[in-house]
Amino acid sequence: MRQTLPPDALDATDRLLINRLQDGLPLTHAPFAPVAQEAGISETEVVDRIAHLREIGAITRFGPFLDAEAMGGAFCLCALSVPPDRFDEVMTLVNAHPEVAHNYERQHRLNMWFVLACERPEEIAEAAGRIERETGLKVLRFPKRHEFFIGFRVEA
Amino acid sequence: MTVDATDRRILKATASGLPLTPHPFEEVGRWLVLPENEVIARIQAMQDDGVIRRVALAPNHYTLGLAANGMSVWDLADDQAEKLGAEVGALPFVSHCYLRPRALPDWPYNLFAMLHGRSREEVEAKRSEVAALLDAACRSHDILYSTRILKKSGMRLAGEG
Repeated sequence: MRQTLPPDALDATDRLLINRLQDGLPLTHAPFAPVAQEAGISETEVVDRIAHLREIGAITRFGPFLDAEAMGGAFCLCALSVPPDRFDEVMTLVNAHPEVAHNYERQHRLNMWFVLACERPEEIAEAAGRIERETGLKVLRFPKRHEFFIGFRVEA
Repeated sequence: MTVDATDRRILKATASGLPLTPHPFEEVGRWLVLPENEVIARIQAMQDDGVIRRVALAPNHYTLGLAANGMSVWDLADDQAEKLGAEVGALPFVSHCYLRPRALPDWPYNLFAMLHGRSREEVEAKRSEVAALLDAACRSHDILYSTRILKKSGMRLAGEG
């Protein structure tokens, strides 16, 4: 869902829950107790509101967020400069690879950006090589050297 | 760390979310026939080791008004890239922020930072903010807006087939 919700879709309590719970939940028997106390509602109302926020599309998920790489996979951002008249043909070739997890068209000379997701690091080079042979285009590879993952917040 | 079979069962059971009850870890324990304290201890251990980043709610930034985003890219002096990358990553409107190798001569940029805003104009204003922060350490920058999602498939857990 990408449509912006009307401003009255959320009340002050909903906004408090979104603002607090995006930073993380205590791993305890009663993880909602602190936010329930702050909001002045019961823990049952907290979970009912979370369910409602999910129904109306204000939140996408509620649960553990994994670092896919720490799970043992290998990932690499890749880019192609695709001649405009070959775009659909190349898109079909690229998307056919199961290693291509997602793929975006972007406004730039490098106009196709995709992520390769493999079980082992050496499979990244193999998949990129197959895509180069099939498309005749150079696959630029941008593996991550360092990740900075701290600040992003969505103020509700 | 090694994620064992029981850890995987916990991750699989919660892949689409935690159960919405006041005691979600107790409920996960009921599903998997594990004591609640073991579920909590295992999730805590995975979080301490970075396998789980956090257990949290994910706001839908599109429906909450942050409808615009762009992949900003920056050519930073190598000796300052780590320090400045951390500063950019700490900005509240920056989500994914990575140092990556350049691909010369095609691509001079080594820092990638996804910028979010309510509109394209707001994203451009954020870009200027980042440019001001980086100042002379940045030789050039650009921003790439996505025009179409061509494929989006869920990440599979390794070893899950």
